[in-house]
Amino acid sequence: MKRAGFDTLSLPVLLLLPQLVIIAVFFYWPTIVALQSSFYLQDPFGFGSTFVGLQNYADLFSSREYRKIAWFTVTFSILVTFFSLAIALVLAVKADKVLRGAKTYRTLLMWVYAVAPPVAGFIAVIMFNQSWGPLTEFFGLFGHTYMVGVNFNDTAFAMILASVWKQVPVNFIFFLSGLQSIPRSVREAAMIDNRSATSRFWDVTFPLLAPTGFFLLIINITYSLFDTFGIVDTVVKGEPGNNPMTLVYKVYVDGFRGNDLGGSSAQSVILMVLVLALTIFQFRLIERRIHYT
Amino acid sequence: MAQVTFDTIGKTYPNGFEALKPTSFGIEPGEFAVLVGPSGCGKSTLLRMVAGLEEITSGELSIAGRVVNDVDPADRDIAMVFQNYALYPHMTVRRNIGYGLKNRGTSKQEIAAKVDEAASLLNLRDYLDRKPSQLSGGQRQRVAMGRAIVRDPALFLFDEPLSNLDAKLRNQMRIEIKALQRRLGVTSIYVTHDQVEAMTMADRIIVMNEGRIEQIGTPSEVYHSPATEFVASFMGAPPMNLMPAELDGGQVRLFGATIGETTHTGDVRAGVRPEDFLPDPEGTLMMNVEIIEELGAHRLLHGTLGDTSVTVQVNNENGAGVGPIKLSIKPGAACLFDRKSGQRL
Repeated sequence: MKRAGFDTLSLPVLLLLPQLVIIAVFFYWPTIVALQSSFYLQDPFGFGSTFVGLQNYADLFSSREYRKIAWFTVTFSILVTFFSLAIALVLAVKADKVLRGAKTYRTLLMWVYAVAPPVAGFIAVIMFNQSWGPLTEFFGLFGHTYMVGVNFNDTAFAMILASVWKQVPVNFIFFLSGLQSIPRSVREAAMIDNRSATSRFWDVTFPLLAPTGFFLLIINITYSLFDTFGIVDTVVKGEPGNNPMTLVYKVYVDGFRGNDLGGSSAQSVILMVLVLALTIFQFRLIERRIHYT
Repeated sequence: MAQVTFDTIGKTYPNGFEALKPTSFGIEPGEFAVLVGPSGCGKSTLLRMVAGLEEITSGELSIAGRVVNDVDPADRDIAMVFQNYALYPHMTVRRNIGYGLKNRGTSKQEIAAKVDEAASLLNLRDYLDRKPSQLSGGQRQRVAMGRAIVRDPALFLFDEPLSNLDAKLRNQMRIEIKALQRRLGVTSIYVTHDQVEAMTMADRIIVMNEGRIEQIGTPSEVYHSPATEFVASFMGAPPMNLMPAELDGGQVRLFGATIGETTHTGDVRAGVRPEDFLPDPEGTLMMNVEIIEELGAHRLLHGTLGDTSVTVQVNNENGAGVGPIKLSIKPGAACLFDRKSGQRL
């Protein structure tokens, strides 16, 4: 078949131009600026900057605080990703079996998706309010005085809880549609081959959900690394102190609170490399192996 | 080998739709029974009820003397071949075939031996380590067969297994399935909407329509003595010609020619197979041929007899031109049906 094409180069370039301009202005330009400023030490009052080479990076890697935050970010991401995927999967498997009122049930579960991250964080703050938060009172029953913003672990738990709660509906929607795209006859064949519903799930349903699961894994890692900014910000109220925070939040704190634009830029470059690695990992390594048809 | 007994088996959905009217019949050990009928006639529902994938809402179903109404599909000692193969896409052919055995606690060596045996029987030995996506339609169908035979079940269930294959492969697989069933001697129930498949494969055909069984009989019985007008028009390609007939005393007359006798009163229709018309210079039936279909060994003449459209099959020495042709009917070949009920007289 003959492929349709353009005779001249100018028309396709003209058609692509708006998209290219948007990418250039909002992606490449900031990237280049960040990369450039990560090699400089900026004057906090904006009077100039000094070239320091890799000093900003060296400072970061030797900083105990940075390593601690990186470590917390990894733990946070693993926990948020794991729990939001696991809870969503359980809900989706159960919802898939619901016959009556399935629509209502699904709609109710999806509503949370419409909540913006800072609002989710705010709800967590309310739930964990020091004097009257229902969850604070709940933990009080076990003799634990819950203190968000004071106790490191308490604050971390509130952040993780809010982040998971916020992400479950998205995962739920994808898992449910993934489950429903498994051919009915394959599940029925498995019913004839295997009596145990649990082992059927792990042998047949779960592997067939793997493409969906892998896609969600990447989405959730990205979410827990970057999109939880709003939740972290609301929970720590912009006053980090001893509170847990993620790498992305530290970029903001160092750059805009601490006025260390160079160090902050170096951090965002590191995060950029991380995202790049994740993307390559997604497209090259695993996606090829998990698709069946 | 197992006998399957349907005792007033019926299926009514919660919304009140009666997919299968209560019906009783049996399938003999080792028999190849084909359920045939148009889509929506309830044949797949009936098969799925045997498999345990669809709940039985009335009656009792026994396989090999055991009532299985409330038995889990995995415990019914059946194997099913699905229309779209229903292979596990993430497993190799070897694991696909062995999966049912593994879950029944068969030892690894025994599974390997049985899978090998099934694979040689089906010419699949070279494909054991492939995934289903790397196989052709016919090979996938064989894997589905392998998955069924490897467990050595009491009963095979086939749900339109050939309808996703192209015509040539379908003919070949039809023979393979039939030969395999002969060789293994396992009782089988085969669902299809294709009357050619039903005719060629069945020991007994069960013709269904609108949730009812119209006729149970050997292919020859169903073809030559259809119990109802529905069976007459559904089985056979082209179908039986159904024409209004007159009763004159005890004589049945078709366009003036006497074709039989009956004590029945009321309107009747006569059914004549296309090949039971004979070109006959002395014949009293005058057909007006409009279209001729040349099929090599024989010809199909389409036209009108009186004001009824009919199709007549003649050998290739007759009926070369359009226009009038004189016909007679083979003695005793006409079937008579009651006009109202559609039942054979």
